[in-house]
Amino acid sequence: MKEFNYHVTDPVGIHARPAGLLVKEAAKFKSNISLTKEGKTVDAKKIMAVMALGVKQNQEVKVSVDGEDEATAFAALEKFFKENF
Amino acid sequence: MQKLEGKKVFDGVAFGRVAYYGKKERKVKRSHIENAGNEIVRFEAAMERAIAELGELYEKALKEVGEANAAIFEIHQMMLQDDDFLDAIKNMIQEQCVNAEFAVATTGDNFSEMFAAMEDEYMKARAADVKDISERLIRVLSGEEKQSMDMEEPVIIMAEDLAPSETVQLDKSKVLAFVTRLGSTNSHTAILARTMNIPAIIGVAINPEWDGKMAVVDGTNGCFYIDPTEEMIADIKARKAKQEEQKKMLLELKGKENVTLDGKHVNVYANIGNIGDAGAALQNDAGGIGLFRSEFLYLEKDHYPTEEEQFLAYKAVAETMAGKKVIIRTLDIGADKQVDYFELEKEENPAMGYRAIRICLDRVEIFKTQLRALFRASAYGNISIMYPMIISLNEVLKIKQIVEEVKAELKEQGLAFKEVEQGIMIETPAAVMISEILAKEVDFFSIGTNDLTQYTLAIDRQNPKLDNIYDSHHEAVLRMIEMTIQNGHKEGAWVGICGELAADRTLTKRFLQMGVDELSVSPTFILGLRKTIRECDLREA
Repeated sequence: MKEFNYHVTDPVGIHARPAGLLVKEAAKFKSNISLTKEGKTVDAKKIMAVMALGVKQNQEVKVSVDGEDEATAFAALEKFFKENF
Repeated sequence: MQKLEGKKVFDGVAFGRVAYYGKKERKVKRSHIENAGNEIVRFEAAMERAIAELGELYEKALKEVGEANAAIFEIHQMMLQDDDFLDAIKNMIQEQCVNAEFAVATTGDNFSEMFAAMEDEYMKARAADVKDISERLIRVLSGEEKQSMDMEEPVIIMAEDLAPSETVQLDKSKVLAFVTRLGSTNSHTAILARTMNIPAIIGVAINPEWDGKMAVVDGTNGCFYIDPTEEMIADIKARKAKQEEQKKMLLELKGKENVTLDGKHVNVYANIGNIGDAGAALQNDAGGIGLFRSEFLYLEKDHYPTEEEQFLAYKAVAETMAGKKVIIRTLDIGADKQVDYFELEKEENPAMGYRAIRICLDRVEIFKTQLRALFRASAYGNISIMYPMIISLNEVLKIKQIVEEVKAELKEQGLAFKEVEQGIMIETPAAVMISEILAKEVDFFSIGTNDLTQYTLAIDRQNPKLDNIYDSHHEAVLRMIEMTIQNGHKEGAWVGICGELAADRTLTKRFLQMGVDELSVSPTFILGLRKTIRECDLREA
């Protein structure tokens, strides 16, 4: 399993549209991908759960990747977070 | 006749019959199902159908209102495919042997309540999205037709509230106007109404009994009239005819470039005074906002507008203009614009008195609040900032120092902002004379011709006795403008004109010959000005 922490700088946080982008990105990989904020963990492939996590600007999230393609998924997601959030 | 007031969302008038768009209070009945497996198959088919409908809506919205506004339907599709949501529904059908409609309604309520309970306003709005997709599913399951409104003639749609999907779904050729009780001027639907050029008023105490009555919607003052008088109908029809004429011109000139016969390009932007006007700017094909007067935020309140109030207003305009330039002018009160809570002393000569940037550099906290709001909003679009009533280099340097302080504060607090273009108004002869020096410090100049004329000619604009000698075509004024443009260009600053003269089509050619980069005018003048520009040939004397 691989993990990284990310500090969200995007002013609107991860609400509807950004959440949609994240779910689409996560769906590209076979690995289990989860998102954790303040001790609460959700499946990053499920849009309702990602939206319900309510990630806002200046909050820390942890992204965990676990599975056969975790190395590629990890690199892709890290890049994705930097570019989008 | 009955008159009701609301908040205007989009200018424009309409006259016609009212159609009440009542969301049918969908009473979903719980019924017992013998074969849960079959019911799940029925549910899955409905889900596929709903997803396909959303796909069509997305394509329609993409064409009509653009990618950013259409994205919501893609999100709805994804929500409809969410495992948690689907599993909850299927489990309920399976475990409790209930009909799919009931399972969807119950699950939808649960999810929507979860979002409604969140603190963040953005997230709260997701509750409406969940409701929207649940209702779509239930409608498909019940075998109802997509368009629940069958409109033979164009009507004024009156509703409690409209979901974005409902707004887009309506046959645009049958909609004269929207009137709703709920919603905000910044809501998704309001933005869609503006983008679709449909007159709209919100916050109206509507009554379903008015269904079928004749009514007038006046989007310019936010009023809704039931059973209008003959006189009012005639007035509205005349205004409507004018609108149609404007629309015809729009069709001919929309999307065309502001370019002269010999190939000189110029930007034509809009002057606006509040958020609603941004819709009119887009409707008239403005290339951007050349002057957004921030005074309205101060004038319509009885207290200093907070950073948050200002931030939301600037953000709304930046988002509405979707990447087009929005030049916001910092507070310009004093002189003929007075606000009680500023407690300004009565002056002998207010036009030459304590006003605009002079107040801001004296009461720095007020200025800083506005700058913080502006920089925070800059993260959401293409904002530029412009400072009024400049007379000296020292003022510009002081402003720049305060701006640096504000940026450092925001950075420290981890708040997002972008680097923005900063410019000054050139509206005093002093600024014209030192424009070469000032140009080194700023990105652009915008010439305010009203004040510049008044100060150059030493004529009080407010004094009707002097009207006959107040000559805005005075050679002194025109030379001031020319000098400003030359000096700006010498130091790499672009130069625009945002005063009334910018819309004076007898001067357009002269301004273009001077090399002006931008003309900013009231939204309704944009297309006329474009026509003049396209007929200009600068090779002719």
